[in-house]
Amino acid sequence: MCGEEPNIGEMKALILVGGYGTRLRPLTLSRPKPLVEFANKPMLMHQIEALVEAGVTEVVLAVSYRAEQMEKELSDEAKKLGVKLIFSHETEPLGTAGPLALAKDILSSTNEPFFVLNSDIICEFPFKELVSFHKNHGKEGTIVVTKVEEPSKYGVVVYDEKGCIASFIEKPQEFVSNKINAGMYILNPSVLKRIKLEPTSIEKEVFPFMAEAGELYAMELSGFWMDVGQPQDFLTGMCLYLTSLRQKAPEKLYAGPGCIGNVLVHPTARIGSGCSIGPNVTLGPGVVVEDGVCIKRCTILENAIIKSHSWLSGCIVGWKSVVGQWVRMENTTVLGENVNIKDELYVNGGQVLPHKSIAKSVQDPQIIM
Amino acid sequence: MLKAVILVGGPLKGTRFRPLSLDIPKPLFPVAGLPMIQHHIEACAKVPNLKEIIILGYYPPNDLSNFISEMAQKHDVVIRYFQEFRSLGTAGGMYHFRDQIMFGNPSGFFLLHGDVCADFPLQDILSFHEEKGNSLITIMATETSKEQALNYGCIAKHPMLDYMTHYVEKPSTFVSNLISCGVYFCSVELFETLKTTFKRKQENAYNGLELNGKDCEAMQLEEDVLTPLAGTGRGYVYVTSKWWSQLKTAGAAIYANRHYLGLYRTSQPMRLAPNSKTVTGDVFIHPTADVDPTAYIGPNVSIGPDVTIGAGVRLKDTIVLDGATIGSHTLVINTIVGRHVKIGSWARVEGTPCDPNPNKPFAKMDNLPLFNKDGRLNPSITILGCSVKVPSEVILLNSIVLPYKELTRSFKYEIIL
Repeated sequence: MCGEEPNIGEMKALILVGGYGTRLRPLTLSRPKPLVEFANKPMLMHQIEALVEAGVTEVVLAVSYRAEQMEKELSDEAKKLGVKLIFSHETEPLGTAGPLALAKDILSSTNEPFFVLNSDIICEFPFKELVSFHKNHGKEGTIVVTKVEEPSKYGVVVYDEKGCIASFIEKPQEFVSNKINAGMYILNPSVLKRIKLEPTSIEKEVFPFMAEAGELYAMELSGFWMDVGQPQDFLTGMCLYLTSLRQKAPEKLYAGPGCIGNVLVHPTARIGSGCSIGPNVTLGPGVVVEDGVCIKRCTILENAIIKSHSWLSGCIVGWKSVVGQWVRMENTTVLGENVNIKDELYVNGGQVLPHKSIAKSVQDPQIIM
Repeated sequence: MLKAVILVGGPLKGTRFRPLSLDIPKPLFPVAGLPMIQHHIEACAKVPNLKEIIILGYYPPNDLSNFISEMAQKHDVVIRYFQEFRSLGTAGGMYHFRDQIMFGNPSGFFLLHGDVCADFPLQDILSFHEEKGNSLITIMATETSKEQALNYGCIAKHPMLDYMTHYVEKPSTFVSNLISCGVYFCSVELFETLKTTFKRKQENAYNGLELNGKDCEAMQLEEDVLTPLAGTGRGYVYVTSKWWSQLKTAGAAIYANRHYLGLYRTSQPMRLAPNSKTVTGDVFIHPTADVDPTAYIGPNVSIGPDVTIGAGVRLKDTIVLDGATIGSHTLVINTIVGRHVKIGSWARVEGTPCDPNPNKPFAKMDNLPLFNKDGRLNPSITILGCSVKVPSEVILLNSIVLPYKELTRSFKYEIIL
C-alpha cells in the first residue's frame, strides 16, 4: 500500500447536521443552518463537494429538523455532483454518536471506512490525505486535529509522534497540548459495534474507549479551520476562507473598482460607484450595493440591498434585507431575512429577527424580536 | 425716541456654553447663521423711532468690535458697546451707564438679555407699555410647566389689570407658572428707582448691613428691583405665547437654530437655501460655503462661511461653524461642528436632542446637568470644539470634544479633554 494512491472507490460519509442551529439565529429561523450560504455556497455543499472530490458516492445526512427543505434544495446539487444523499431522520436528538447507530445498515454495507463530519466546520478539507493516513496505521479510527491558540477553552487531544491518541483532556488548566478535535473523522465499520442507538456523545462516550484500546489516531490539519456555527466565527471563518481562496484560486475573487483585499462577489451582484468594498466581504447573488457605500468584513446574502452612503463592518445581512442610506452597522450585527433598516440609523451589535422593520437606532448590542 | 440695551455678560459667564465659548464670545455664537445677539439687534432695528442700541457687558471691547462695526454698517441705528469694569449685575451696568442711555432724551428703552432667543414682539410690548400709562417697566412673560417654573423668575399678576403682584427669582416651591423672559421695556423714570435702590444698597453696605462679601455696586434687576416693585402698580406683565427659549447650554443652540430658521421662513425667506435635491426643510448656507451637490442637507441645519461639505454627506439638526470640512458619505446629526473642524469620510457624528417635551403644554427646554446621578454623561448633543480632527469611519456619539483634539478612534458618551 505504501506510496500508492489508496483505493477510495465507493466511500460513504455521514454528516451530523443536527437540530435547530440556534447559535446562528436569526439566520436559521429562515433556513436550516446547512443551507445558509457561506462564501456564496450553502455550508453543507462545501463539505459535500470536498467529499465527492475524495471519492465519496453516498452521503448520509443525520437531521432532526426541516429535512424536507434540505432535501428539496440539495437534491439538484447532489445530482449534478453524482452523489447519493440519504436523509437519516432522528425522531429524538441522538447526540453525536447516536446517528451513526441509526445509519448502521448503510455505513456497514461494505468494509470500507467512512467519514463522519460535524456540519459547522470550514477548512481545507483533507479527505484524501485522511484516507491514506488511516489506512497506513490500520487501526479503527482517525480524528483530524487542529491547533488552537488558547487550548484551555477546549478539550485537547494528547497523542504520540505517530499520532496514536493517549487521552482527551477537557479544558486543561496547564498546557498539555494545543491540538483539539476538528470535528472530522474516518472510522472503520467495526466502530459501530461500540455505539448503541440512544443519545450518545462520540467525543465523550466512544473516542476515549477507542483511545484506551490504542485504536484511535490523530491526523494534524494543515491550513485554516473554523467552527462557523455562530455569527462572530462565521465572519472570522469567511476571512480565513477568502484568504485561502486568494492562494488556491485567486481568479474567483473580485477585482473590480473600489475593491480592497479579498472580496467575493457573485456575478449577479451589482456595485455602485464610489464604493469601498473589502477587505473580507462576500456579496451574494442579486445583491445591490448602491453608490458611496463602504463595506468591510461582511457577508451580504442573496438579494439584499445596501443603499447609498452606508457603512458596514462585521455584519451578516440576511436575504432580501434592505439597509437604508447613511446607515452605520457594526459589531457583529446580524439581520435575519427581509429586515428593513430605515435611513440614517446606527445599529451596534443588533440581532434582528426576520421581517422586522427597524426605525430607531440600536446603540447597544441586543436582540430585536 | 427710543433706545435698546442688550446685556451680554462677560467671558467668565457662559461656562455652561463650553467648549463653544472657549473660542467664540458666547453672544457671537452663530445661530441660524447669525451671531446670537444679531437676532436681538435685528428685532430692535425694526422698531420705528428706535435710534440707538447699547450693548452692555464686560468682554474686552476687541472681542466685539468687529461685530459692532459690521452691525452699525448694516443697520440705520447707532450701535455702541460699553464695557463694565467688572460684572455689575443685570441692573448695575445699566445704572452705571445711565448717562449714556439717557443721552438724547429717549422716552424709554428696551432691555434684552443676550442669552435668550425668541420671536421678539417688541412693538406689541411697547404698545402695551404705553397703554398702561404709569408703567416703569413692562416684563415680557411666558407660561411654562409647573415643575420647570422653579428654574426661572416667577411672576404673579393682576388678572384684569396686568400689573405685577409678585416676583420671585427661582423659588423653591411653586409660585406661578408665569415666568420672566428677560425682555423688558423700561421708562426712563426707572432710573429713579435704580438710584434709590443703589443708594440704599450703598448705605446698607456702609452700615455693614449688606456686605457679606457682596459687591455693593452690583445690582440685580430681578431681586433688587422687580421684587420690591411687585404690588406697587408700576410694573406690568405682558404675556406672550410666541416662541421663546433660554440659550444657556450648547444643547439649546440646536433647538434655537431650528426656531430661528423657522422664523426666517415667514420673515426673510431669502435667507434660507431653496429646497432642492440637496436641501430639505429650513437650511441656512453661507454663500462662501462649498456644498457638494450630492450631499443631503436639512432640516434645521446652518452652515457657516468657508465650510466644505463633501460628496454624499448627510446633515440634519446641526450647526457647522466657519472653515469646517466634512468628508464624503459622513453623517452628522444633532451636533455642533466647531470652527475649522475636520471630519473624515464615512464617519458618524451624532448627538441626542434635548428639546422640550412635546407632550407637555408650555414645556421649556430642560437644561440638564452634564452628568446624571450615576456619574454617566447625560445624552446630549455632540459638540466638536474648534480645530478638532475626526478620522474616517469612526462613530462619535453623545460626546463633547474640547478644541484641537485629534481623535484616533470612536467615542460614545465621553468628554474628551
